[in-house]
Amino acid sequence: MNQAMLNTTPAPAAAKAKTIEIQGLNFYYGKTQSLKNVSLDIHAKQVTAFIGPSGCGKSTLLRTLNRMYDLYPGQRAEGSIMYRGRNILEPGVDVNMLRAKVGMVFQKPTPFPMSIYDNIAFGVRLYENLSKGEMDERVEWALKKAALWEEAKDKLNKSGLSLSGGQQQRLCIARGVAVKPDVLLLDEPTSALDPISTAKIEELISELKQDYTITIVTHNMQQAARCSDYTAYMYLGELVEFGETDQIFMNPARKETQDYITGRFG
Amino acid sequence: MTGEHSSKQYDQELEGIRSQVLLMGGMVETQFEEALECFRIGDIARAERVMAEDQAVNQLEVSLDDACSHLIVKRQPTANDLRTVMATIKVITDLERIGDEATKVARTAKSLHERGTTGFAHYDMIRTIAKATSELLHDSLDAFARLDGKQALQIIAGDEVVDHEFRTILRTMVTYMMEDPRTISSALDTLWVAKAIERIGDHAKNIAEYVIYVVEGRDIRHSKVALDQVTE
Repeated sequence: MNQAMLNTTPAPAAAKAKTIEIQGLNFYYGKTQSLKNVSLDIHAKQVTAFIGPSGCGKSTLLRTLNRMYDLYPGQRAEGSIMYRGRNILEPGVDVNMLRAKVGMVFQKPTPFPMSIYDNIAFGVRLYENLSKGEMDERVEWALKKAALWEEAKDKLNKSGLSLSGGQQQRLCIARGVAVKPDVLLLDEPTSALDPISTAKIEELISELKQDYTITIVTHNMQQAARCSDYTAYMYLGELVEFGETDQIFMNPARKETQDYITGRFG
Repeated sequence: MTGEHSSKQYDQELEGIRSQVLLMGGMVETQFEEALECFRIGDIARAERVMAEDQAVNQLEVSLDDACSHLIVKRQPTANDLRTVMATIKVITDLERIGDEATKVARTAKSLHERGTTGFAHYDMIRTIAKATSELLHDSLDAFARLDGKQALQIIAGDEVVDHEFRTILRTMVTYMMEDPRTISSALDTLWVAKAIERIGDHAKNIAEYVIYVVEGRDIRHSKVALDQVTE
């Protein structure tokens, strides 16, 4: 009987596959070091949340995962981020392909000033050559994945900007999903949204993790507790604690983590 | 407690709950001591006061449960705060039950003394278990107030002594009843009192287990962990 009970318990964290392995990551904005020797694994088809006070480096960490920082001069990263057997920080990595595989959704919804349909087709066209019929299918598929199909199917030719904030954010998620990535990076995806839209995005996150590895930066502690499987607490550019979300919120190992999540910070 | 929250009001709410729990603890402790004294000397008016006091304890249970619910909905506590609130809700239940057991002792004391002589030294029978349990209860409230995990472990071990003492009383009372049937009513009353005291020991042990949960985040209920640690 004990054996039967044991079999129903979930596999330990160590046994889960890793999508991204970060080792000894340092990051600099010019001369300012904003990530210090960060090492952690992002597990496949799990949600990993980065929490910490403003300026702790959580968004910076997220932005290194698809080299978003490359767009800005003077920013550089050292160390290793292994993804599909390769250190993506090395020169010679096809950054456009990387960003197709590691998609990103930002804090404020950023739909392109074009139709809902084209918002999604735009990214797909960069990487794939689909027929009209195939593209229609892809747009529908992505909108369904992002739980926006029912609301948007009758106005695909209307501007993406005509949608509400919550719908715009789901459109951005649909856009990210449409190119069939492995990983979705969400940078405070609900901080500009009302509670109902937030609940929809959170619902979406739990559905998307069936197929994708998700990493989310959030200021909302309850959101991290609700949505994520793993949580990383960062402070002043250092990774203070990383562990299973249940453990972090019930019984964190470090006092600094406890002070932050219980509101004894600062 | 580990430093102050950014929100002073949050601190005040937690502190308010904590001091009310300690007040409730003090009330049931007094109730218990008084009930034992009634059993010893047969002061019926006093026994009635102990029974009446239970109302106030019950009221505190209700208001503290309400305060905890409000704190959860307002503050969404996490980590040690969450464990404190969860443990507090459970401690309140145990304290209320201790109040009930003390009331039971007082009620039995009343009926025993109303009937007259017992035929044996009824208080001597429970003297040891009463003393040990009073100490356990006092220490468990103390451990809760100071969040002292070490003291909590000692209490859990101490409850074994109380359980053992109860079994001794049981055997003695059975012997009395077999030897002289006229003692049956008094012997049964003494047994009810001993049983109530033994239950209070169990509740004190529960409180000690919650203290360990708050301090270490470990749930050691229904395990031998604490005993093993103390005997090591």
